[in-house]
Amino acid sequence: MTKDWNLSAAPESTSHVQLQQEYGLFIGGKWIKPSDGKYFETSNPATEKKLASIALAGRKDVDSAFKSADKAFESWSKLSGAERGKYIFRIARIIQEKSREFAVIESMDGGKPIRESRDIDIPLAAAHFFYYAGWADKLEYVFPGRKVRPMGVAAQIIPWNFPLLMAAWKIAPALACGNTVVLKPAETTSLTALKLAEVIDEAGLPPGVVNIITGDGSTGALMTAHPTPNKLAFTGSTEVGKQIYKAAIQGGKKVTLELGGKAANIIFDDAPIDAAVEGIINGIYFNQGHVCCAGSRLFVQETVYAEVLAKLKRRMDSLIVGDPMDKNTDIGAINSKEQLKTIEHYLKLGSEEGADIYQPAGELPKKGYWCKPTLFTNVAQSNRIAQEEIFGPVLAIQTFRTIDEVIEKANNTPYGLSAGVWTDKGSKVFQLTKALKAGVVWANTYNKFDPTSPFGGFKESGFGREGGMHGLEAYLAFD
Amino acid sequence: MPRLDIKKTYKLFIGGKFPRTESGRSYPINDEQGGVIANLCLASRKDFRNAVVAARKAQSGWAGMTAYNRGQILYRLAEMLEARHDAFAAEMQTLGLPKKQAKKEVDTSIDRLVYYAGWCDKYSAIFSSVNPTATAHFNFSVHEPTGVVAAILPEESPLLGLISTIAPIIAGGNSVIVLASQMKATSAVSFAEVIQNSDVPSGVVNVLTGDGQELLPQMASHLDVNALVIARSDVEMEKLLVASENVKRLIHWPSILTEQDPYKILDAQEVKTTWHPVQESASSGEGY
Repeated sequence: MTKDWNLSAAPESTSHVQLQQEYGLFIGGKWIKPSDGKYFETSNPATEKKLASIALAGRKDVDSAFKSADKAFESWSKLSGAERGKYIFRIARIIQEKSREFAVIESMDGGKPIRESRDIDIPLAAAHFFYYAGWADKLEYVFPGRKVRPMGVAAQIIPWNFPLLMAAWKIAPALACGNTVVLKPAETTSLTALKLAEVIDEAGLPPGVVNIITGDGSTGALMTAHPTPNKLAFTGSTEVGKQIYKAAIQGGKKVTLELGGKAANIIFDDAPIDAAVEGIINGIYFNQGHVCCAGSRLFVQETVYAEVLAKLKRRMDSLIVGDPMDKNTDIGAINSKEQLKTIEHYLKLGSEEGADIYQPAGELPKKGYWCKPTLFTNVAQSNRIAQEEIFGPVLAIQTFRTIDEVIEKANNTPYGLSAGVWTDKGSKVFQLTKALKAGVVWANTYNKFDPTSPFGGFKESGFGREGGMHGLEAYLAFD
Repeated sequence: MPRLDIKKTYKLFIGGKFPRTESGRSYPINDEQGGVIANLCLASRKDFRNAVVAARKAQSGWAGMTAYNRGQILYRLAEMLEARHDAFAAEMQTLGLPKKQAKKEVDTSIDRLVYYAGWCDKYSAIFSSVNPTATAHFNFSVHEPTGVVAAILPEESPLLGLISTIAPIIAGGNSVIVLASQMKATSAVSFAEVIQNSDVPSGVVNVLTGDGQELLPQMASHLDVNALVIARSDVEMEKLLVASENVKRLIHWPSILTEQDPYKILDAQEVKTTWHPVQESASSGEGY
């Protein structure tokens, strides 16, 4: 679709990036080869070219990672909060210094537009470490009347949609609270987590405080069933989240889950329509729609439906799908072949269920995994594209007449992660933000994130918060 | 000729009414001499489901009341219990509790209601936050009730166990279905009469009597129950694995009889964060 706009390509250079051919496991401050000798490939979803070989951690490796985390806990948990904080500040600073390398690798490995990894993922990851670094010596102010202490070893499993940022969300508060961690990035996006291991090494953290092991679902299952961690933290699908919750109950472990979503984005007829249309676009097409809080269900008040739809289509026609490394690109590559299959399955299903599909004209690159920005109209509340998380650039549009009607429709989902409201009327903003059953509600904005702002869901979107003062509770024990 | 006393029929408390169990089943509880104190309803899974319907219906109205109002209603419960102090103490003595201990349990129960009544309009001020984001947004996080809560109560201290468990749950705007102490449930059912007489809306508190072994799997698996409180220490968590299937919050209060703090209220709350741009949308460099 780039050709329609006739923009010259503006690719980010990859010359600054240093990648190894093969990555081991970061355990006890050392790079270790996997004990079974197994590796898997990570590739660039925009070119399908191999980037590196990644170690597949097996039972022995998981054991040794937890052993080293457990050993490191003894001294790390006794370190003063101020000293712990200084280590975490160092991590934040080094990420900032290496931000360009991180951004380029993130886009190469995950397919997201360089503009997003450069302006959102990497700065927010650094900011998250910086924010929690400052909490390390202030924890006693957060929980009045209670004495806090570190919990122990945390097992953390993160998804592929915001690889470095999710690693920061998990590691930063855990360390600030005096815990040690074993973290596993997602199978398709290990590289920035491994670069983060290099940063942690450079920052001089004591060996074993942060262990980063790579692998697939089998490695994750070994981690959650392991007796050592007394805390499990997971971000990912609701389906896997439920299994992890079960393992946590069985093992008597504390757990936090940040799972799927099917957010309602609601436009009233008194909303600033142009701004709202931008918000809808950002809400669903940001990061190819690989966002758990994506505004994937759009509710438009009937009186402005025609106007909103026309403007939305016009804006979609202008979105540039293509090379993630190009600074003009709005929508990059779908993260993996598997995910593309899932999305295409839903595109087919949506049409079969009777909804009308719209996609802009234009051609997609021949190599790599791509999906055009898509919207469905004539969607029924019972359609699966309106009920299930697609995790792709696919918007399901429904209409409404009254406030009560839209509140009921918006809340009619097992999920409760996020929601959006667009109206110029203040009292309506507050009526809606109060009534919507979701952990994050954006009013006249969407998809904003900040380390100071707690994030997490209601209902089957999980529990526990990440970010802000409220994100500390998940990593502390109370006497 | 001495007057024959009137014995109370102890029933369930669902949706503000006192129905018998739909199952028609009962179980006796005895005094220390082996005499029958009462035949209690052996609540069925269907009774639990009915209670969930009542609790769901009542929840949003209760949460929508002002915190000041909820505080007054909880305080009113304390007033009403104070007025019935001797009757509750006497009822507990029939269960074998020494007089002094029975009196103390009623005292503590009343004080606990007053304690949580006072928290209703304060916990959110202490535990909420306005978050200084690095972008031009007004951003704040507040607590909201998780919704419908089921709870299994301690076997000992039937009145204090009930009140210590429900007070923090309803103080935060939730509705609740409790399974009372199995063999000492008379106090719980009698307290339901206090609740019915109070300004607590019908369905906000529902009291079942029966067998935890039978009802717990249902409490853990019900898809319209947001949280399950285990207010005792003898429940095998293995039996609750099914709670994972709808990501139900599991809250463990093994020593609820001796504890009171605002964190109990927070246990049945969700944190909601709201964002709004601060600048005019037109002049905002970013944001919308």
